Amino acid sequence: MKKFIGNLVVSENIPLKNNHFLLKLTQAEPLPLMLPGQFVQLKIDDTPSVFLRRTFSINYVDRLKNEIWLLIQVVGDGTRSLSKNKTGDSLNLIYPLGNSFSMPTATQSRLLLIGGGVGVAPLLFLGAILAEKGFSPSFLIGARNVDGLIELEEFQKFGNVYVTTEDGSAGEIGFVTNHSILKNTFDKIYTCGPTPMMQAVTQFAENKSIDSEVSLENKMACGIGACLCCVTQTHQGNQCVCTDGPVFNTKELVWQI
Amino acid sequence: MANLTTKIGNLTLKNPVITASGTFGYGEEYLDFLDINQLGGICVKGTTLHRREGNPYPRMAETPSGMLNAVGLQNKGVDYFINTIYPRLKVFETAFIVNVSGSTLEDYIETAEKINSLSSIPAIELNISCPNVKQGGMAFGVDKDMAAEVVKEVRKVYHKTLIVKLSPNVTDIISIAEAVEHEGADAVSLINTLLGMAIDAETQKPLLSTITGGLSGPCVKPIALRMVWQVAHAVKIPVVGMGGISNARDAIEFFLAGATAIEVGTANFIDPAVSLQVIQGIDDYLQRHHCESIIDIIGALKTA
Repeated sequence: MKKFIGNLVVSENIPLKNNHFLLKLTQAEPLPLMLPGQFVQLKIDDTPSVFLRRTFSINYVDRLKNEIWLLIQVVGDGTRSLSKNKTGDSLNLIYPLGNSFSMPTATQSRLLLIGGGVGVAPLLFLGAILAEKGFSPSFLIGARNVDGLIELEEFQKFGNVYVTTEDGSAGEIGFVTNHSILKNTFDKIYTCGPTPMMQAVTQFAENKSIDSEVSLENKMACGIGACLCCVTQTHQGNQCVCTDGPVFNTKELVWQI
Repeated sequence: MANLTTKIGNLTLKNPVITASGTFGYGEEYLDFLDINQLGGICVKGTTLHRREGNPYPRMAETPSGMLNAVGLQNKGVDYFINTIYPRLKVFETAFIVNVSGSTLEDYIETAEKINSLSSIPAIELNISCPNVKQGGMAFGVDKDMAAEVVKEVRKVYHKTLIVKLSPNVTDIISIAEAVEHEGADAVSLINTLLGMAIDAETQKPLLSTITGGLSGPCVKPIALRMVWQVAHAVKIPVVGMGGISNARDAIEFFLAGATAIEVGTANFIDPAVSLQVIQGIDDYLQRHHCESIIDIIGALKTA
């Protein structure tokens, strides 16, 4: 897929709870085709401590409004700078990058999308595309507490949403892998979130022989497969998360064991 | 347009801007962003005799105005390069320079000899300065006698333009430059990355799997500039300058310090088309200063 570099305009910057915000970006020309699981790299100017671009998965593409959504949590100087953007501001993007989640096969209809924290971001776009293709995906979303549950109302547009929190302040108490929905049968699981969560889900999927994909978020420099910094260990050797991923079938990854 | 043609040994470059090894893949990764045929040259990813998996993740840490890397020369080996990548590169009209690295003297010789047979590769950059490999690499570049020996032996089997990439992690870079010049290097390129380190204070762990790594980016530019200036005064062969070059102004500074060509490295990660802007900016500068050729500013630093 062709990659682009260019300036997009902030159409909206919506503050969300727990230090999250939703950046909506647009441009005059129609946005190129983007797939769920792909990501962008944003240039951050005027922040001396930020040198490299910042990587964000595509949260959603609103084709009617010609908008790309980025769900971002403020964790450092780069994201803090981005959070201050106002409508009309311009941001330089390299996009769309990476591979994408694979669509279910003909025999896969019961789909579970598991997200943790800000890792839910790419699952909204994935859920939207799956719903558009006639699937009824289920979402299982985990967070430390109720404040960490972001965009639930958006997910509800595309399927049933199940929730866990570590402190029980919303949904079932515990980790996503403790949720009762996992007693149901699923044909495919898509996961994005903290690494320990993805490993636990992978273990679960492996035990039940469920096809499973994860989206990794290794630290990147170039984002286009040139620097070889963001590698993950696979059964084919070290592979770039930015170009061979970010989505991997968990069978490919060494950490699934 | 000013004359941007520059010469390194027998290699004539259409302009003096080369993309640095390890920051530009094989050029193909950047095709969506720029016409690589417009580049003076491309130094391809460090190539070794055998396939190397490189170091474990994490391999990169951002630093103020720069980054540390510990990739460790991940590549599929010289035979893979020759059989799979090289045929694809032949169609482009830029000088592909292969960065050659190794763990032993024999590795360097055998790899260079194989590259020597490739008609569309006019030069190699002998990497005796990679800080991220346990054996070889920088060990050859920080010892005057070892540097001399590897260049002497590679010179016997490699008959095209031989550029030797020097390490800044030495007490006296001039003596190393002189030693490789004496053994027949056609040019030196400098600087490779500076050995550095980053720690996460909260977890009390290093940020790189290898603990130490190579520092690059604008933060190293003053050191690079100083070393290019020192080496350019000491040797007669051309100096290819690099280290933190992010725009045309940076590049001009290296020419004034004595570089015959320059390499753009880490800046490619932030702006993939930056090299073309550097070329354009050099031309603008030369016209503004009424220079007909890039040669007019090489070593033109006014110190009096």
